[in-house]
Amino acid sequence: MSTAAVTDKRPSTLRAASLPKWTPWAIAAGSVALGIGISAAAGLSSKIQWGLIAAVLFVLGTYGIAARVEGRRQAKDRVATSFVWVAFVVAVIPLVSLIWVTIARGVKVLDVYFLTHSMGVVADTEPGGGIYHAIIGSLEQVGLATAIGAPIGVLTAIYLVEYGRGRLAKAVTFFVDVMTGIPSIVAGLFILSLMLIFEMQPFGFAGSLALAILMMPVVVRSTEEMLKLVPNELREASLALGVPKWRTILKVVLPTSIGGITTGIMLAVARIAGETAPVLLLVFGNPFINNNPFEGAQASLPLYIYQQFANSAGSGAAYDRAWAASLTLIAFVMILNLVARGIARWKAPKTGR
Amino acid sequence: MAKRIDVSGLTAYYGSHKAIEDISMTVEPRSVTAFIGPSGCGKSTFLRTLNRMHEVTPGGRVEGKVLLDDEDLYGAGVDPVSVRREVGMVFQRPNPFPTMSIFDNVAAGLRLNGNYRKSELNDIVEKSLKGANLWNEVKDRLSKPGSGLSGGQQQRLCIARAIAVEPKVLLMDEPCSALDPISTLAIEDLIGELKERFTIVIVTHNMQQAARVSDRTAFFNLAAVGQPGRLIEIDDTERIFSNPSVQATEDYISGRFG
Repeated sequence: MSTAAVTDKRPSTLRAASLPKWTPWAIAAGSVALGIGISAAAGLSSKIQWGLIAAVLFVLGTYGIAARVEGRRQAKDRVATSFVWVAFVVAVIPLVSLIWVTIARGVKVLDVYFLTHSMGVVADTEPGGGIYHAIIGSLEQVGLATAIGAPIGVLTAIYLVEYGRGRLAKAVTFFVDVMTGIPSIVAGLFILSLMLIFEMQPFGFAGSLALAILMMPVVVRSTEEMLKLVPNELREASLALGVPKWRTILKVVLPTSIGGITTGIMLAVARIAGETAPVLLLVFGNPFINNNPFEGAQASLPLYIYQQFANSAGSGAAYDRAWAASLTLIAFVMILNLVARGIARWKAPKTGR
Repeated sequence: MAKRIDVSGLTAYYGSHKAIEDISMTVEPRSVTAFIGPSGCGKSTFLRTLNRMHEVTPGGRVEGKVLLDDEDLYGAGVDPVSVRREVGMVFQRPNPFPTMSIFDNVAAGLRLNGNYRKSELNDIVEKSLKGANLWNEVKDRLSKPGSGLSGGQQQRLCIARAIAVEPKVLLMDEPCSALDPISTLAIEDLIGELKERFTIVIVTHNMQQAARVSDRTAFFNLAAVGQPGRLIEIDDTERIFSNPSVQATEDYISGRFG
């Protein structure tokens, strides 16, 4: 007992004063309140300014309080953590507000009627009408673009990772990099020039071709990274069993990485689903339902949104329709992402006993 | 069904770098031959030339002859894929296919090669797992993923996978270096049983292991860093460890080097 009492009296080098766990929340709440107070007193009207003042107060306050109670090293650690939190909040606020505004304004006209009717006999300035024709157009164009772009992209990536050596592979990699940077309008113009050579009228498949061009480099890049993650030991194990290389790739390498590849393709699909420029040039837009992507102008969701905003002379009904179409487009992309995650989880290499 | 290996004047390169030079030896069927030597002396490279896995590495190429029962593995028109069906391999780190169950892992070689009868598959898998002394541990969970097994079990799973395709020769590249002593013992016992059916070549850094499991031992060394590795001598294991004919071998085995 006596020895324990003695050791307790000695100053410990391991134990030190520390702030309670709720401190960051308290500092955050305090700095927000102070930020609002200062802004109101100074007569600042912008809420962004309020937020910035609160963020600066939060970081400085964390440092000041932690330095006083815990010491300088812990204070630096807490400041780094608070920077991460501030950055996170700054990144999330626009996202949440975007989704919030889209939902709030989009649900006004979004109903079954809206999803199942076209704009056929409705003028852009009048209420009524729907986006069925645009959904059909988007699904067909994006579907065809994926059917072209995804296999070519995946096969290119397989070539680059499994077979590519020397100059040809370097050239392919270089051009894929260049293609990643192609503005969507340029891809549209490229297909448009072909259409003009052959004197064709706008049709859905032309848009798909441009979208496929935009999609391919994204698929190549992501698939390449996924294939590189497959350990070489697995390839060697399969080859050492006397399995030919193409079968090794098909049955061992691809199944191991299929989750990541699917995610990459879905992200590429999400990217092209929102493209407006090539669709505007090549598919032209059409208020009527056109189920045939190979003949005649079609609509598409992003194009529909643009046209409702641009061609309706400020009509509230058109704005409502544009918001509802935006909400539909976001929901479409989100569902695709959820499906991709589901596939990735379902196909992921299994662990556990 | 085990086959003899005859190597003569074998030199292997990685690009312009010569990894091993002028190696000649004979590996008897139904025996265990161990390769020992310091790191980087080309044991693994030489092992990989025996089933043409060496050329999987970019820039890997080989000069010389490897005869498998009088047939040159590097002869004109020889398909490396068929070579690897005859000469199987077990790697240093256990590498079961992560997407496949235990059953599928063992069946992988047959399934991926496509030459099997469905009715036989169950029997072959059971026989191979029994052959690898793993059957009793996994028979109730054949459909579970192979990556859920312990390291030693995974390595025996890899051995079962390798012997399921009925190779003539089994190459093992430090099969126990990632395993604990008990799993190592299990693998060594297994090697003793497998040599009744296969020609076995094993690379090891563990000299006691070489002394325990092998009938013949080959000692590799390199003259200096950057020089190609060479075969110093190959002899009966007993002789190598008691009375080697080359001084360098005795120095290495008794720990007098550097």
